[in-house]
Amino acid sequence: MEIKTKSRLEKVLKNGHMAVSSECGPPRSSDPAHIIEKGHLIKNHVDCINITDNQTSVTRLCSLAACIHLKQEGLEPVLQMVVRDRNRIALQSDILGAASHGIHSMLCLSGDHQRFGDSPEGQNVFDIDSMQLLQTVRYMRDEGKFLGGDAIKVPPNMFVGAAANPFADPFEIRVPRLAKKIAAGAEFIQTQCVYNLDKFELWMKGVVERGLHEKVFIMPGITPMRSVGMAKYMARAVPGMDVPKELIDRLSGVPKDKQSEEGITIAVEAMERLKECTGVAGFHIMAIEWEEKVPEMVERAGFYPRPEFD
Amino acid sequence: MIVGEQKPFDEVWEMVKSHKQLTVFGCNTCVAVCHQGGNKEAEILASLLKMRATKEGVDIEIVDGGIERQCEHPFFESAKELLEDTEAVLSLACGIGVQFMAQKYKKTPIYPALNTTFLGDVQEDGYFTEKCQACGDCVLGVTGGVCPVTRCCKRLFNGPCGGSSDGKCEISKDIDCAWQLVIDRLKAMGKLDDYEKLTPIKDWSKDRAGGPRSFKLEGF
Repeated sequence: MEIKTKSRLEKVLKNGHMAVSSECGPPRSSDPAHIIEKGHLIKNHVDCINITDNQTSVTRLCSLAACIHLKQEGLEPVLQMVVRDRNRIALQSDILGAASHGIHSMLCLSGDHQRFGDSPEGQNVFDIDSMQLLQTVRYMRDEGKFLGGDAIKVPPNMFVGAAANPFADPFEIRVPRLAKKIAAGAEFIQTQCVYNLDKFELWMKGVVERGLHEKVFIMPGITPMRSVGMAKYMARAVPGMDVPKELIDRLSGVPKDKQSEEGITIAVEAMERLKECTGVAGFHIMAIEWEEKVPEMVERAGFYPRPEFD
Repeated sequence: MIVGEQKPFDEVWEMVKSHKQLTVFGCNTCVAVCHQGGNKEAEILASLLKMRATKEGVDIEIVDGGIERQCEHPFFESAKELLEDTEAVLSLACGIGVQFMAQKYKKTPIYPALNTTFLGDVQEDGYFTEKCQACGDCVLGVTGGVCPVTRCCKRLFNGPCGGSSDGKCEISKDIDCAWQLVIDRLKAMGKLDDYEKLTPIKDWSKDRAGGPRSFKLEGF
């Protein structure tokens, strides 16, 4: 497979390895120390680290700056970019800025609605949507042009990804929607947290039937549950999240002080099962503010050591 | 039609209480349909203001009136004297009517009694819903007659997002997911395959982004 960018994630995937990515959320502060520290905790166990972009619409240190901090530490960041807060001028500008700092992977997202965050009275932008952001990055990279048509002297060298949520409604368009993202230019996919493995496999069956797994690298999202309370909260309050009752029952059946350990085991078991699923190209581990557990999960799932390249 | 809602009464009172004379003026078309700004509502609001003035011992002469539409010159003929002689107007029109009067009566303070809320329909008596944002470049032909600009909270042209759940939007269980509606319509019309067509990036210069819009018919 032809390698098109300098992205480490692309190199791992196209060399036939199961990729492992993770994510870190920037601080609500101008001090980058915490995110640098989190990055170092997991750097040897993952191929790249997604940096979230004002997730849940809560104002934080910007994704691009956090990516630059990690890059300067020799780590491999993936720039997450939402279309909620920036118009096409700002998005294209930030893409160039990221590329200028040697950031070569990005994830194109819509972004949570601002109602959920610290600025529910703010305006949203949504000049373009996440599919159109994929098209934009690919156009900039492959055609060497801005959306306005002018040439880019040195185009951004970006490996481009998108999110997918197999558990959102309506289910019947979830495979067509993936096809649409691929048509828009997605080269890798990181999914919503997978807890309902049966439903994920059903979605993957539809993906494989259409041959979409040969056009895009699909990395299921894995988030360990820290407690039964977290599982219940996610089942109840997070839109588009599918947490089966059996998982809640299993955590409930474990003493409180053992629940986080059980959560890790459940996550590891999910990876062990899904790595056998045709079309799964790796995993995206989102251990929300629990980064110290990522190395253990990666090792137990059999993904350590990570591949090395010259 | 244009839908509006009366401002909180205290806010209205604060705007007008310093005047000695005031005309409370209804607009009897769109905002009368939603029972917020018609001539009847102007009469009621005038009465409430008179009571408040009495209660607070404020000396202010309040009269009411109204016309069919505050956004076209010919309708103002019937209220010419009333408006030319008044010190201030509390208009129950939408923002268009308020501005039209402000332009017409250059020295008269014109206050809005309503918040202009949206362009919408009458789903049932007393229930109005937003349907159009006048973006200037209608896409309803490819979205099954459901407007993503107005009805998707993220105005996605290639939705739905990952927050669509049981036909509802991630921001509220009271809001339908616009893209669920688009998909239902495409399916009902036997056009679900059209879902995979990518909608191109929108030209927002025809929206408010391009500045205030106008259009002039030739030959008038």
